[in-house]
Amino acid sequence: KKTRTSFSDRMNNLMARYRKVDEDFFEELEEVLIASDVGVNTVMDLVDELRMEAKRQNIKDSIQLKDVISEKLVEIYQGDEDEQPQKLKMNDDGLTIYLFVGVNGVGKTTSIGKLAYKLKQEGKKVVMAAGDTFRAGAIEQLQVWGERTGVEVIRHNAGSDPAAVIYDGIKAAQARGADVLLCDTAGRLQNKVNLMNELNKVHRVIEREVPGAPHEVLLVLDATTGQNALAQAKTFQETANVSGIVLSKLDGTAKGGIVLAIRNEMKIPVKFVGLGEQMEDLQEFDPNAFVYGLFADLMQDEEQAE
Amino acid sequence: MAFEGLADRLQSTIQKIRGRGKVTEQDVKEMTREVRLALLEADVNFKVVKQLINKIKERAIGQEVMESLTPGQQVIKVVQEELTQLMGGEQSKIAVADRPPTVIMMVGLQGAGKTTTTGKLANLLRKKHNRNPLLVAADVYRPAAIDQLETLGKQLSLPVFSMGTEANPVDIANEAIKKAKEEHHDYVIIDTAGRLHVDEKLMDELTQIKTNVKPAEIFLVVDAMTGQDAVNVAESFDSQLDISGVVLTKLDGDTRGGAALSIRAVTGKPIKFVGMGERTDQLEAFHPERMASRILGMGDVLSLIEKA
Ligand SMILES: Nc1nc2c(ncn2[C@@H]2O[C@H](COP(=O)(O)OP(=O)(O)OP(=O)(O)O)[C@@H](O)[C@H]2O)c(=O)[nH]1
Ligand SMILES: Nc1nc2c(ncn2[C@@H]2O[C@H](COP(=O)(O)OP(=O)(O)OP(=O)(O)O)[C@@H](O)[C@H]2O)c(=O)[nH]1
Ligand SMILES: [Mg+2]
Ligand SMILES: [Mg+2]
Repeated sequence: KKTRTSFSDRMNNLMARYRKVDEDFFEELEEVLIASDVGVNTVMDLVDELRMEAKRQNIKDSIQLKDVISEKLVEIYQGDEDEQPQKLKMNDDGLTIYLFVGVNGVGKTTSIGKLAYKLKQEGKKVVMAAGDTFRAGAIEQLQVWGERTGVEVIRHNAGSDPAAVIYDGIKAAQARGADVLLCDTAGRLQNKVNLMNELNKVHRVIEREVPGAPHEVLLVLDATTGQNALAQAKTFQETANVSGIVLSKLDGTAKGGIVLAIRNEMKIPVKFVGLGEQMEDLQEFDPNAFVYGLFADLMQDEEQAE
Repeated sequence: MAFEGLADRLQSTIQKIRGRGKVTEQDVKEMTREVRLALLEADVNFKVVKQLINKIKERAIGQEVMESLTPGQQVIKVVQEELTQLMGGEQSKIAVADRPPTVIMMVGLQGAGKTTTTGKLANLLRKKHNRNPLLVAADVYRPAAIDQLETLGKQLSLPVFSMGTEANPVDIANEAIKKAKEEHHDYVIIDTAGRLHVDEKLMDELTQIKTNVKPAEIFLVVDAMTGQDAVNVAESFDSQLDISGVVLTKLDGDTRGGAALSIRAVTGKPIKFVGMGERTDQLEAFHPERMASRILGMGDVLSLIEKA
């Protein structure tokens, strides 16, 4: 269960442990961030900035540095934008289409199932398209999610052309007057040029069939993934114009800090986090809760020590 | 890509410190700083990096520089030796039980590649070792996990044992062994559901299966793209199940794969195979020295030694 303590409470704890702002303090801060898979460059830049800031303002006491740290961290995530939660874009006149992309095994199909459930709860009519025609059992997997959530799944046989499935999905969703079409795609590593071209083709079909679509291209990232997630974001961005991230498997011990670097370098926001394998386990992303989660271990040590 | 290999990082440092007779503390400090960053960027766990760096410092400082090398090259040599040593030797044999069938259990986090690797191992056992494996669908949780394994079985023309999703995985495993004995299968590969290492109930299920079927091999399947958390995952699975080896999947991607080093450091267990693609024939033996090179961009580094 995730605790409800605010980020600033957590920071207070860290500060209580280190009264003095010295090299040890910065080193531990650096390690905490690296342990959460925040990008190495991002961490080094941030900690350097903090060092300079401490010097400039002649800060000796860690309490005084607290606000600076919080500011910088939230700044890295949010930039200049305000704190509005990132709602999914909807098409007001006609079918809304969301495309799910990502490398193998990250949680695309599961996230689609969860989102279908959520949208249905909100009273929307949803259709799903089984665009992964490659992986063994992928179509059957989405079909099970369709049964669980009571959502129709448009499918072709295994091995058929993914773009054709998606095309049929669009036609079927329109014919049934659906609000939202969720498109599954096969997992693909971003360095596989032919597979990325195939994805690009799927994207083009959607663009062509519904003006303004896809309304969201959601890149699913596994929170357990390290630095490679940056490369994933870059390449999928180029191929399929990613508009948001679903950070899956955040119910484990991994922190998924790499999304800070991705947001920092590419401005792609996180829209949802996955917190388990069941249909209800999808939550809207909360930057504050996330940032303080990065420090959870440090704080746990602290609590145990008490 | 923002990803700098060690070679790029070390270029200037090496230039600066060439042509001295002894490796000074300052040389080592400058070089290990770059090595540390390169290792962290490759996803090696920060604690493992710390240990390695300390060892490297200890060994390198004050060393006489060999005639054919510059101080910079000398340090790189130490780094490479330490990494290769930590990686261990090549070890891609699959155990054989005294009495057949030999049982292999596949375990790991969700989506790591267990089911796919089950198919790959079965293919390897049959093609290369002329064996007759039985695949067992013991994942009753993930939607269509059984369909997935059955599809792989069909592709390989190999039998898959399943009891549907209502049965208990421990019972499935037990029944599978009975069936394998009756039908004279010499190997049984059990595909288990993905689970978090902190999920006590599901980890306990694995322990029960293990106690019942006495596997000759328990393979922890790990995604090569795993970041800092690899140590927690590997340590937990190993301490709860005493795994016999590791399979590193999705190495056909462009990740450096520092998780390999982290896993070795915390478990000491051999990485036996690597997954190099989604197809059932894309499983290869693990090469420790190649992996060490990959993590550091050492291919370049070695050429750097020649250039410098
Ligand atoms: N613990 C946990 N497991 C998850 C989460 N999301 C997905 N999974 C599990 O991760 C595994 C892979 O999920 P999939 O949805 O099949 O992933 P995918 O990206 O569609 O995989 P491919 O289509 O093979 O590329 C399954 O076992 C899911 O149940 C999550 O938020 N938490
Ligand atoms: N490119 C590549 N993909 C792989 C490799 N091994 C597995 N995959 C893919 O990774 C995804 C997950 O593989 P699975 O075998 O379903 O993983 P799993 O561990 O059984 O997943 P769960 O049962 O949900 O925990 C699938 O899309 C596989 O095709 C590999 O070596 N290379
Ligand atoms: Mg899928
Ligand atoms: Mg599986």
